[in-house]
Amino acid sequence: MVKALILRSAGINCNDETEQGFRMAGAETEQVHVNELISGKKQLNDYDVLCLPGGFSYGDYIAGGAILANQINTKLKKQLEEFVAAGKTVVGICNGFQVLVKTGLLPGDGMKATLTSNYSGKFECRWVKLIGKDDGMEAPVAHGEGKFVADKETLKKLEDNNQIIFRYSSHYYPANPNGSLNDIAGISNKQGNVIGLMPHPERNLTHGNHPTWTRWTSKKGGEADGMKFFRNIVERMK
Amino acid sequence: MRLGMSLQEKGCSMKAVEISNREKTARDKAIEESLADFGIDADVRVSDAYYISGSLSDDDVEEISERLLSDALTQEYEIRSRRKKGSWIVEVRYKDNVSDPAEDSIVKAIKDLGKDAKAARTAKRYCIKSDISEKDVEMLCKKMLANDIVEEYYYGYEELEAPEPKITEGKAKNEINKVEIIEAGDEELQRISSEGVLSLSPEEMKAVKDYFRQKGRNPTDGEIETIAQTWSEHCKHKTFNSEVEFESNGKKELIGNLFKETIVAATTKIAAKKDWLVSVFKDNAGIIKLDEKNNFAFKVETHNHPSALDPYGGASTGIGGVIRDVMGAGLGAKPILNTDVFCFARSDYDGELPAGILHPKRVLKGVVSGVRDYGNRMGIPTVNGAIVFHDDFLGAPLVYCGTGGIIPKGMENKKAGKGELIVVVGGKTGRDGLHGATFSSAILDESSPASAVQIGNPIEEKKVLDALLEARDRGLYKCITDCGGGGFSSAIGEMAAETGAEVELEKVPLKHAGMLPWEIWMSESQERMVVAVKEENLDEFITVCRSEDVAATVIGRFTNSKRLVVRYNDMALVDLDMEFLHHGLPNQKRKAVWKEKSKEEPKLEEKNDYNEELKRILAHPTLASKEEVIRRYDHEVQGNTIGKPMVGVFNDGPSDAAIIRPEFGKKAVVVSNGINPRYSFISSYWMAASAIDEALRNIVSSGGDIKTTALLDNFCWGSTENEEKLGSLVMAAKACHDISVEYETPFISGKDSLHNEFKSGGRTIAIPDTLLISAASVIDAENAITMDLKKAGSSVYIVGKTYDELGGGYYYDLFGEIGANAPKVRAKEAKKNMETLTTAMRKGIVLSCHDLSEGGLAVAAAEMAFAGNIGMKINAAGIPNEVDTGYKLLFSESNSRFLVEVAKGNEEEFEKTVITAAKIGETIDEKKLIIGDGLIDADIDELKTAWKGTIKW
Repeated sequence: MVKALILRSAGINCNDETEQGFRMAGAETEQVHVNELISGKKQLNDYDVLCLPGGFSYGDYIAGGAILANQINTKLKKQLEEFVAAGKTVVGICNGFQVLVKTGLLPGDGMKATLTSNYSGKFECRWVKLIGKDDGMEAPVAHGEGKFVADKETLKKLEDNNQIIFRYSSHYYPANPNGSLNDIAGISNKQGNVIGLMPHPERNLTHGNHPTWTRWTSKKGGEADGMKFFRNIVERMK
Repeated sequence: MRLGMSLQEKGCSMKAVEISNREKTARDKAIEESLADFGIDADVRVSDAYYISGSLSDDDVEEISERLLSDALTQEYEIRSRRKKGSWIVEVRYKDNVSDPAEDSIVKAIKDLGKDAKAARTAKRYCIKSDISEKDVEMLCKKMLANDIVEEYYYGYEELEAPEPKITEGKAKNEINKVEIIEAGDEELQRISSEGVLSLSPEEMKAVKDYFRQKGRNPTDGEIETIAQTWSEHCKHKTFNSEVEFESNGKKELIGNLFKETIVAATTKIAAKKDWLVSVFKDNAGIIKLDEKNNFAFKVETHNHPSALDPYGGASTGIGGVIRDVMGAGLGAKPILNTDVFCFARSDYDGELPAGILHPKRVLKGVVSGVRDYGNRMGIPTVNGAIVFHDDFLGAPLVYCGTGGIIPKGMENKKAGKGELIVVVGGKTGRDGLHGATFSSAILDESSPASAVQIGNPIEEKKVLDALLEARDRGLYKCITDCGGGGFSSAIGEMAAETGAEVELEKVPLKHAGMLPWEIWMSESQERMVVAVKEENLDEFITVCRSEDVAATVIGRFTNSKRLVVRYNDMALVDLDMEFLHHGLPNQKRKAVWKEKSKEEPKLEEKNDYNEELKRILAHPTLASKEEVIRRYDHEVQGNTIGKPMVGVFNDGPSDAAIIRPEFGKKAVVVSNGINPRYSFISSYWMAASAIDEALRNIVSSGGDIKTTALLDNFCWGSTENEEKLGSLVMAAKACHDISVEYETPFISGKDSLHNEFKSGGRTIAIPDTLLISAASVIDAENAITMDLKKAGSSVYIVGKTYDELGGGYYYDLFGEIGANAPKVRAKEAKKNMETLTTAMRKGIVLSCHDLSEGGLAVAAAEMAFAGNIGMKINAAGIPNEVDTGYKLLFSESNSRFLVEVAKGNEEEFEKTVITAAKIGETIDEKKLIIGDGLIDADIDELKTAWKGTIKW
């Protein structure tokens, strides 16, 4: 069975629903506090998937994800690099994406990118349509610092390497809710085993999550778009 | 003697770093726009400054700035520089004694880098390039950039000279003072009460004096403070618990205990029929049954006074406080939703602004930001709310904060036993928040104390929550409560009321130097909980807390002495009998008078069409779209928001209630509110009755069921020292009783805030009598329904009769009129309508449903239409009514009415089920709202544009 570690730290708050997504996708799940990895009480290499969920790690008081990224880089870097090198999967959602970008794991290969304050300057919670590599997905965003920024060269490499895993459905607000360059909502590393995205697939696990589900005449009870995301990850590690 | 020593004095250097963005950001532009409001044209850049105290070399600071504080791609850093050519530089930061919520995280991060950091403070720097005078800069600081209740500012042209923050650590002062009261005369007693912000009445001071005369000694400062807060209106609800001699239109009546004979009596009458009531009125929150695993705890509070002084801090600590209420309900519930309701003066208010009052737009923005930053960081979806705008809230804005949580069955009871340890969990104790409980029981004026305001630290609270839920599930404690108003004195005083307690105050971790022992005892510092832990569980309890980076400290022990004993380094601070503390408050007798107000209905001209009037009502800020606010709150976190605050094809229609499905289960909680203070200009009885009716309508429209609905009451009144004000409170309480008994919807918890006035010069601004009713109904998740029209070609029904009831409503308001006919509640027929409507919904024959509230039929129909992006045509003649003009038909605000969309072919079944329903029209392909013969004939897009244009910033 695929073992997924859902990482917690002070201020992480999407851990339960993220765990639910992995559980429904058939993974064996465990929520582990970052302190337990640092103390050695838990070992990263006992797991197949590391997921950094959404939230406001340490309050995001310096910048989104910056303090947890700093903690990971200073305390867990080696473990994490080995984990990635072993071909295991690292997933960052929202704050977790910010953390992965700020550790440098994403986009990877020394490329520089960041997630900065939304173009609107506001925290915004709204549903967006995403265009994936193969398949689309609907999910809510809820962030104040989700604007993906990189220099031209990096953007070109991301495109060339096929590292952009999700795009917002249009270049215009609010479809692109934060002003991300190239409408980037999520990326992976070159190898494809470190992925991050701003929208929250764990908030669209069932049809009841969808903002217009009361308008639907059928398929009201089942699994929704977000589950495809979790199933893909779990399948990949099988 | 100096106890506080600044870290600088102890040899730590203070370094300052400024982080600025390379390109102009939205934050810069927002400040430029705000400056434009003052007629100032400027080029503004905002940057973040960090003050770090520690043994740090210049290289260290360089490394910290580069690796941690700045983002190489978008930002640059400067160490120490405060020069900007051709610009004013303004620095704004929290005052040294106000806790900076960012501090702990920044210190932690610097330590992670292997560097030394003892303390950190943040600041904002505004670089303003503009041709303005020093006077202008000072004005901007005061009116816009800083709030001098909690912040300080410094500015200079081209060069900023700001002193470093003084970060002190140190010990408390070993000083306990006696308060000379046993020989004091009445006048002296009152002087002691008012100078000490004790808010104790002459009779109460006398009772205190008598108690200490018997003991043969004077009280300490700690004792008098303990008594004052325990007996405060905030904690004891003296007005609601008093005996009232009530005179209504000449008839006299004696009410033994206002609260017990109205609100509680109603619940007692209904309780036998409601097997889902779990815990009512006795805990921090009311608790009802959810499903086989969990119960649901619900609490709503106000945080009005602090929000008036500092909207951001007041609102954030308000939400933080009500979350702790739920965390301390039973053995602790897990918060799953927040609801926030505000009453403000209009944002475009341009009248005179008395000294000490912030402009209502600033209050709105600050409060919304406070709720956003606390709720979002806690990871609790803010799913429901309302904002009422009326200029009578100018002096005393209202901020209601509510939280719902789930708690496993069997964990609703708690009790601290002899010998168990008193453990404080969470944040350190500081000088912040002194006198909050007694202060909130007084009237605001220009000199209101700033010490009552704090800034919340949501991450601390989230850590405490995570640690306590783990400890709860491991059974490591048997009693818990939050530290709210009155701090330890209230938390421990209440937990130990039946047993007794001994506290060693010197063990409390402190954040400020030089605190007096009584200040430690009374401090209302945020993010603290108190738990009772058995000795054998202590190690494990502390380990659990430590694993979440949460401090837990033993500060005393529960006894069986029935005394509250508090020492500071073996000096006696408090030694009080629990009996006196909790039952020594003299019973109050109050007089209340109620006279029917003589009002008249206005004579208004009839018109051929009311399209413009409808648009103007839709654009009224109270009714207008709150999207600008709602989207700033995370309403999706936890992944169980199945009924959103905004619904419809474009996710922007106004939903009636929020629906949360806890833990991905089959059951859901529908949460709604009802509030309309304008009706109290005519009758506080019908204002209160209408609030209940509105909350219930919202529940029913969303698929909730009044048979499983519980209510919370939150009264906000002006000063009830005034007999007529108390009379209107009595009438509202009676309405709560009468209407809830008729609907059989029990109250499970509530709160009151009774001094919402502002005094300035000779002028007193009192709020309108305002009752917020919050409602929660447990249903099967699949039964949720939304208000947006679903398809063209459906039949439209109205349920409930339309009466001549525009008084206090929004149509009359267009003409500056109040009127005389406030909407009444005819609960007997309404209850049947609501129940049968629910039956019809369960049969699956209702496509959409919306209640008629502010603005009546025309507004409800417009909202359903533009939310669904489908037109609607209504035949006015079919509407059951007792009115004589077109505008009354369109805009009457009669209660208990619904518009219902029923699919073609299901009409017969619907009519059989809801026998009073009247078919009045159909949904149409054309994107138009048509009512009657041209009474309304408008494009739904135009209506929507009017509705969406008001609240924007």
